[in-house]
Amino acid sequence: MAEESARPGPRIREGDWAVLKRDEVFKAVQVLRRRKVIFEKQWFYLDNAIGHIYGTTFEVSTGGSLQPKKKMEETTTETKEAGTDNRNIVDDGKSQKLTHDDIQALKDKGIKGQEIVQQLIENSTTFRGKTEFAQDKYIKKKKKKYEAVITIVKPSTRILSTMYYAREPGKINHLRYDTLAQMLTLGNIRAGNKMIVMETCAGLVLGAIMERMGGHGSIIQMYPGGGPVRAATSCFGFPESFFRTLYEFPLSKVCSLVSGTFSSETLPSEPDYNVPVEEESNGSLEEKQTLIQETEVESNTEAVMESIETGDQETMDDLAAEDAECKESKERRNKENIREKQRKQQERKRKLVETAALLEEKNADGLIVASKFHPTPLLLSLLEFVAPSRPFVVYCQYKEPLLDCYTKLREKGGVINLKLSETWLRNYQVLPDRSHPKLMMSGGGGYLLSGITVTMEKVQSDANSLEAQKIEEPVSKKRKLEELHC
Amino acid sequence: NKTITMSFVEYRDTIKDGDTAIVFLGHESMFPVKVQHGGKTQTKYGVIRHSTDLIGKRYGSKVTCSKGGWVFILHPTPELWTMNLPHRTQILYSTDISLITMMLELKPGSIVCESGTGSGSLSHAIIRTVAPTGHLYTVEFHQQRAEKAEEEFQEHKVEHLVTVKNQDVCKNGFGVSNVADAVFLDIPSPWEAIGHAKSALKIEGGRICSFSPCIEQVQRTCLAMEEHGFTEINTLESLLRVYNVRTVSLQIPDLGKAAEDNSGTGFDSSNQSNPESLYGILQQGTAQFKSGVPLKEMVGHTGYLTFATKSLF
Repeated sequence: MAEESARPGPRIREGDWAVLKRDEVFKAVQVLRRRKVIFEKQWFYLDNAIGHIYGTTFEVSTGGSLQPKKKMEETTTETKEAGTDNRNIVDDGKSQKLTHDDIQALKDKGIKGQEIVQQLIENSTTFRGKTEFAQDKYIKKKKKKYEAVITIVKPSTRILSTMYYAREPGKINHLRYDTLAQMLTLGNIRAGNKMIVMETCAGLVLGAIMERMGGHGSIIQMYPGGGPVRAATSCFGFPESFFRTLYEFPLSKVCSLVSGTFSSETLPSEPDYNVPVEEESNGSLEEKQTLIQETEVESNTEAVMESIETGDQETMDDLAAEDAECKESKERRNKENIREKQRKQQERKRKLVETAALLEEKNADGLIVASKFHPTPLLLSLLEFVAPSRPFVVYCQYKEPLLDCYTKLREKGGVINLKLSETWLRNYQVLPDRSHPKLMMSGGGGYLLSGITVTMEKVQSDANSLEAQKIEEPVSKKRKLEELHC
Repeated sequence: NKTITMSFVEYRDTIKDGDTAIVFLGHESMFPVKVQHGGKTQTKYGVIRHSTDLIGKRYGSKVTCSKGGWVFILHPTPELWTMNLPHRTQILYSTDISLITMMLELKPGSIVCESGTGSGSLSHAIIRTVAPTGHLYTVEFHQQRAEKAEEEFQEHKVEHLVTVKNQDVCKNGFGVSNVADAVFLDIPSPWEAIGHAKSALKIEGGRICSFSPCIEQVQRTCLAMEEHGFTEINTLESLLRVYNVRTVSLQIPDLGKAAEDNSGTGFDSSNQSNPESLYGILQQGTAQFKSGVPLKEMVGHTGYLTFATKSLF
């Protein structure tokens, strides 16, 4: 341990958000002691991983402990014997001499996966007759099954967006990771920007933007309902400082802000607000999204996030504490709780007023929309808060709402370089003499509408004189009131 | 503070002397202009006088040219630069750049090595992303190109974020070791630079990407990556499909039914089962709808992107 701590690289600490990786499969977890984690049909504890460097590969041993695995020792199949074709290979189902029970017995004895694979090879009568490529494939397949190795990596947009797209596409509106990558570039997301974000992608898009801004600048998250969903955001494990530049504003207050009747006194009630990583259940999410002829069934039964457990844990601790304590202290606690609630309420109001002021400056450096809602009304109202010559990007799972959005934006004006696009992503298998495309991904990744804001055309007074410029201010204010789309 | 900051890595509200601005004439028609007191720029709508038409105006303003036509003046971004830069080589476009940036996990503070610099299309995007605390080490073996790139970085006021080296990356590497979080290669024989890439990356590891147009190049690069102990080797290709938004009218065929039964077309608005159909108002035997029409031709291939991870073990 002492020699290891001298080595470079960030280490896995208790409380960190980390991502478990096995081949192409990811799972985000919080590193907690004595907490059982189930991943890819295996259970284990992360206790032993604490103190190791991110990127370390572990082997799961009996009892669920993780043992760091050093450089992969390649199983050198000493016999380099191989066939040329499969003309004499018959599928009689008897090529493997080991029975299912034999294999189970080996596993029960705690024999290493590597050795089981070796035994399977030795007991396969057809292995030597297979071509070199087929042998390779056989070994790879068996390794995947019996050699349970898990790598613990640091979360990033790359990893989390790949994970969400593979595991829970319904929660991120089927936003494929290459599409998200386009959004970040088209939106010119970088340190120092003042961004407006409206997303219902579990906070993944927000997290991606926060990563690219590195805690510099500010982000205003517009949210529907009682509060912003940030389950995916918390998986990034951002430092506290990143959250100090993050603001939130309820969508339901946008119209009053635009018309100048906004008041912080009429906040939407947000009972769950203080649980930062609260996530909507799949059921309610799907219900709210009105799919007229949706036959596709989302099989999102498994929750990726462990964050909710953390919340439950706290509640359980509360209950246990209450049982043990006498009534008096309970009342005292209640009073403290009320005071705490009031304090938080005040804090929220203060921040809301601050956020409203930030929006009212109407000088945001960009707008990113990726939600389950129809994009047109969002764009028409939120673009009001964006400065001229700034990019905006709207994601939609479907093309048709973006066609409508495109038309309405063109009618309204104040935008140029409108582009409706989609990316296709193709993965390749690259192996000597066996290179070919792996799978075709088309359609499912969603569509983007992007553009750049410009100053609005002046109403019927487009004379290129200095006088026209002088009256620009009052005219634009008048126009602002006329064009309330709410 | 928005008045003293750099234009390519931070937004500014007004156009100033020395800025690079983008003149937007219309659909797919724009060009960069270096703003200078007393400067003039000729467009098809007439001349733009920098001192009166540009300096002091807000980015995003509509500027009326001498012949009465107008253009918009836009704030530069790496994406607009990519679409308008002077080509010295074949360049990378925003679709590939987006994927490269995300898959290399670039963010503010990242240290990146790149070769070759080429026309600086990707370089500008990297600088944008790693600013204000990161750095780009870019290597270009063509002396003129290296010099031109350096000039541009100065003009765009990002020179403090980038170091240009004029050397052969395959022979001499990146000139730095154990500092980079990410390495990007866009050279004809990337497999010869994988060893240098590995030593440029931090000891604890980092990400690498190689861009090659041909599968044979990818093949050799993947082998070299494997030999040098890179893991998570993954080859991708990304294609951009752009759609034109059109209102299309299709004629309703005359099946000779109208005379006998006026609800016979199936599209008739009186049809109760389909009152608000996909189709617009039925007029004079045509039906209208909005469509996203793919462009007649699209970019079918730029290059393969091979990504990998260097890890400590």
